[in-house]
Amino acid sequence: MTDATQNIGSYEDEAQFGDYVALLKPRVMSLVVFTAAVGVFVAPVYVHPFVAFVAILFIALGGGASGALNMWYDHDIDAIMKRTSRRPVPAGKVTKGEALTIGLWLSAIAVVMLALASNMVAAGILAFTIFFYVVIYTMWLKRWTPQNIVIGGAAGAFPPMIGWAVATGGVSVESVLMFVIIFMWTPPHFWALSLFMNEDYSKAGVPMLTVTHGKAVTRKHILAYAALLAPLAVYAAFTSIGGWIYLAAALYLNTKFVYGAWQLYKRDDATADADSYKAEKKYFRFSLTYLFASFGALLVQALWVQGFGMGAW
Amino acid sequence: MAAPRAEHELHQRRFSRNLGVGLTLAGFVFIVFGLTYVKITNGSLAQGFDHVVRPEILPTQEGN
Repeated sequence: MTDATQNIGSYEDEAQFGDYVALLKPRVMSLVVFTAAVGVFVAPVYVHPFVAFVAILFIALGGGASGALNMWYDHDIDAIMKRTSRRPVPAGKVTKGEALTIGLWLSAIAVVMLALASNMVAAGILAFTIFFYVVIYTMWLKRWTPQNIVIGGAAGAFPPMIGWAVATGGVSVESVLMFVIIFMWTPPHFWALSLFMNEDYSKAGVPMLTVTHGKAVTRKHILAYAALLAPLAVYAAFTSIGGWIYLAAALYLNTKFVYGAWQLYKRDDATADADSYKAEKKYFRFSLTYLFASFGALLVQALWVQGFGMGAW
Repeated sequence: MAAPRAEHELHQRRFSRNLGVGLTLAGFVFIVFGLTYVKITNGSLAQGFDHVVRPEILPTQEGN
């Protein structure tokens, strides 16, 4: 046996390329890609398709880099929670040091490349997003306050704003509204998950609202955020990115989102336990549909206006 | 210099990883090249004038 093979460790634990990809949280990246793309395409400024592709790619890479940094810092609680125990670091495939190095390098590459592909405003917001997710959310809020999801959710809300900045070089009411839609959507989405994944968070000592204030309070909070989100999401229909297509979608989706939250609010733990949190799981799944459909409607609206030359209003 | 030995087992084991890194780097090179091309041409065809006067960029003279 050579020195090289001795230093590698067992074969089963050796990381494959896919493990390094998993470090970047590809499922979260898909959401980032989609919302950032919507931000680019609904903006009233033409962006060369290749520049748009590169910009979206590096926004997604920035998101992936912050995912790697999150896995570096959270390796201890990831190992405790069933949902996250198979991530590359707790699974022993990738070391903490590797996750940190990859996260830092990819962050730098993503920000520099986005600046070169588009502009400093977009790159600046991406850099702030990575900082916000890693330092403000992961290192500070996540283990400290039950409002972790509320404030941390801002990190996931920035991509469409970055996409808009790629096209326009600035920030406007439309990009702020797209930010607000994801920002207000995040708490009901994650709290619905925590209603039926409560044990995981309890074991890891993460102060999710369900752990610190109980499920009844969490249900009330879900309803409050869904109710606050609805008028803001519908209001976006009356800006330059809106129109009757988006208005129809927003009215339908938000009515369903608020009604679902109201149904969750009326349920108690005994009912939920009896049917294995059926309604909560359904609401969580619908929350994903809600976001994809809302941003999809914005995209269809933009294609309708730009592609067919139809006016928004 | 001795000829390279038969492929070590390590190379087979790390093939997918090395291939992934290689393709990623190749993709990055393509992106930088493509971005440079798009930025230079700015949507129009690239022009290959080198050390030659390009009439269209000369200042227009009055009376012309």
